Amino acid sequence: MIRRRKYCKFCADKIDYIDYKDIRLLSPYVPGGSKIIPRRLSGVCSTHQRKLATAIKRARQLALLSYTTESS
Amino acid sequence: MRQYEIAFILAPTLSDDEVEQSIATYREVAEGKGAQVVQVDEWGKRSLAYPINKHKEGIYTIFTLEEPEAEAVGELERRFKVTDSVIRFLSVRIDLDLKRMEKFKSRREKRNAVLKGRSGEKKDQPEVAKD
Repeated sequence: MIRRRKYCKFCADKIDYIDYKDIRLLSPYVPGGSKIIPRRLSGVCSTHQRKLATAIKRARQLALLSYTTESS
Repeated sequence: MRQYEIAFILAPTLSDDEVEQSIATYREVAEGKGAQVVQVDEWGKRSLAYPINKHKEGIYTIFTLEEPEAEAVGELERRFKVTDSVIRFLSVRIDLDLKRMEKFKSRREKRNAVLKGRSGEKKDQPEVAKD
């Protein structure tokens, strides 16, 4: 089975600054607002993964993304 | 000059007048400490991803400040902590990231120019403009 080669979406789209306010950009990397998808699955390069992680954590602090999947 | 982005969430129980008033007050506080308020972004009422202090909604406002030292940021944070109507806040220094972004951008443009020059003059491809 041939798998499609993964690539870093942020490098391809030339996004240098990952804004924590842009939830639409972040949400694919936190399915259901739970875990941050690891690099080995998403194919994001290490630089962008680091920035992505901080952006997601900031968004969570501001209740733009949830920490858990379970809704109360 | 440092640049800061200060986001805060006001409780949804406030009336429109109170919201406007508190935003104006915080702006004055920031300016009183010698910061320049570059941008005020009012998102209005938004549902929260999880309840904060039993609130399910919040009124989001984002300030962009410019100042030499973090005095206004400190003062704002102190006030946010004391005020009950501010249910959450987050301040982030962004000038370094923006500088980095500029660096990457210029580097990419330079590289593109070199590549374009190398690919020959006969075929002039229109550059794919992004953001």
